[in-house]
Amino acid sequence: MNSALNSGMAPVATPWFFYSLAGLAVISGVLVITRRNAVHSALALIVTLLSVAGLYLMLYAPFVAGVQIIVYAGGIMVLFLFVIMLVNIDRSSKERRFNRIWPIGLTASCALLALFVSAILKGKTLLNDPITGKPMWPDPMGKLAESSNTQQIASMLYGEVNKVGQYRMGEYTFAFEIASLLLLVAILGAVIMTKKKI
Amino acid sequence: MPDFITSYLDHTVTVSPGAAGSQFWALIYVLIIFAGVSVAVICMNWIERKALAHFQVRLGPMRVGPHGLLQPIADAIKLLLKEDIIPAEADQFVFWIAPLIGLLAAFTVYTVIPFGPSQAVSDMNIGILFMLGVSSLGVLGIVVAGWASNSHYPLIGALRSSAQMVSYEVAMGLAVISAILMTSLKDGTGTLSMIGIVQAQNEQGVWFIFKFFPLGLIAFAIFAVAMVAETNRAPFDLAEAESELTAGFHTEYSGLRWSLFMLAEYTAMIAVSSIAVTLWLGGWMHPFPNLLHARAWEFLFSLVPGLTFGGLAAIAYIGAQRMPPQSFFKIQRIGLVVFAAVLGFIALLLLVVAAVAGLLPQSSAAAQHTTGFRDGIDNVYWFVLKVAVFMYMFIWYRATWPRYRFDQLMRVGWKVMLPISLGVLVLTAIVGVYFS
Repeated sequence: MNSALNSGMAPVATPWFFYSLAGLAVISGVLVITRRNAVHSALALIVTLLSVAGLYLMLYAPFVAGVQIIVYAGGIMVLFLFVIMLVNIDRSSKERRFNRIWPIGLTASCALLALFVSAILKGKTLLNDPITGKPMWPDPMGKLAESSNTQQIASMLYGEVNKVGQYRMGEYTFAFEIASLLLLVAILGAVIMTKKKI
Repeated sequence: MPDFITSYLDHTVTVSPGAAGSQFWALIYVLIIFAGVSVAVICMNWIERKALAHFQVRLGPMRVGPHGLLQPIADAIKLLLKEDIIPAEADQFVFWIAPLIGLLAAFTVYTVIPFGPSQAVSDMNIGILFMLGVSSLGVLGIVVAGWASNSHYPLIGALRSSAQMVSYEVAMGLAVISAILMTSLKDGTGTLSMIGIVQAQNEQGVWFIFKFFPLGLIAFAIFAVAMVAETNRAPFDLAEAESELTAGFHTEYSGLRWSLFMLAEYTAMIAVSSIAVTLWLGGWMHPFPNLLHARAWEFLFSLVPGLTFGGLAAIAYIGAQRMPPQSFFKIQRIGLVVFAAVLGFIALLLLVVAAVAGLLPQSSAAAQHTTGFRDGIDNVYWFVLKVAVFMYMFIWYRATWPRYRFDQLMRVGWKVMLPISLGVLVLTAIVGVYFS
């Protein structure tokens, strides 16, 4: 991979790629909630997840993209479809689709949108540590501020798999272990709730 | 010639076109791989029918062409011309798109398969992760096909298939991780790149199947079982168990769409075999690359592809001579002789390249220019040979073992393969830390 970087690989982060992937994600995301048939919704959701994986790839985070495909598109969506197939589609497609709390949902999503917009507008200063004024994300080389190349920043931060591994087993071991413990508890809970006799 | 064509032809470039940033040559590689895999599927179809027939003391296809050599082409034409039925109650759009999902997933995997150190479309940082992820999308095609058919047998087949693939993916992933752990032994940092994994085996001087004997072997064995289950092949072909489900998830499919399912299945078989070859069997390397790398050995190994094609040509020629003498077989005999001549011509070309690169003085321009080409042929040859062994094993399994029952399948997956692969993973980590 390093040889690829050194040999002057053409930048992938072109506007064309971004707009087509983002547009695909938005359109299929809308389809997820407007389709009457649940299987069609699930298929649209897969397209959304895959285009988001494409966006991750574009941001030089191949590991996140790979995990997105293997966990969400390949794993979770198969289980989704597995369950949906057993549901009586005919009956569920005739039911009312939007219940009365839709204003709350609208408000929440507007708030989230506002948050994203403010993060884009003020991102450079908002994410800095309020006390030291330095960026809060890890800066292993101390060169993030000077570097203007997205690709360099990404490979320093999280882009490559070995970086992810080093952070996970170094700086963030505790958080990682806590998260896996949480998942273990969730698995145990699911087993206990489904099995009457253990 | 334009710059985008010539820039990658420079013999100092030793990375894949994707890594060198040459979109044109990446596209050429994609087309070559697409055509090559399609031809391989056609050959596999013929070999499977012939080999299965001989396992069962039958003749197999004999009528279309000499020894049924043209049977796959006749089959393909038949499938293309057949009526393409979509059941009235089926979900039209999903029924239409399901085979395409499987086919796309199966073919996308080939972007990272390394046929040589530079003979891949691209070398991704996350190669093996990408392969596992995309090949796990293939199950979506099967599940969706079963549901869209709106019929009982396909639905049950799809349910079985998804349950089976999800359970065997776990053991498969753990076996893969133990091989990836081995890549980190030499310099402390492992790699997920497919090319990097093969190079790590080269640096450590051992195929990972023999590493930490028997740990590498056990991990490989688990992968070898899981990959048969993952591709829905016998003895794990419960999704299309014909005695219980007529044809399983593709019962309602016919004609071209059905053939797309078959193409996807065989393509996925080649893809998982390539993963196994890359991770455990040294990828594109010929046997003992560290011991036998002198120029004379390189020359001897480069003769093997040519000799293989020469042997095939000889078999075809002998077959033509042994044809029955009646005039009815005259056209077939001529065809077989022409086939033998084509194979012999390829063999001659390969031998000439090997001779120019290996026998001329090393400093001569001709030798220098052909050496890269010869190495490329060698790499692809050894890779394809190893994959071909796996493809033959798939046929052999199908002819030998009876189908599992579904509860047996689940028990083997969760209670045998998963604990063993977890244990192998932990042991590999311990032994690796101890030895490095």
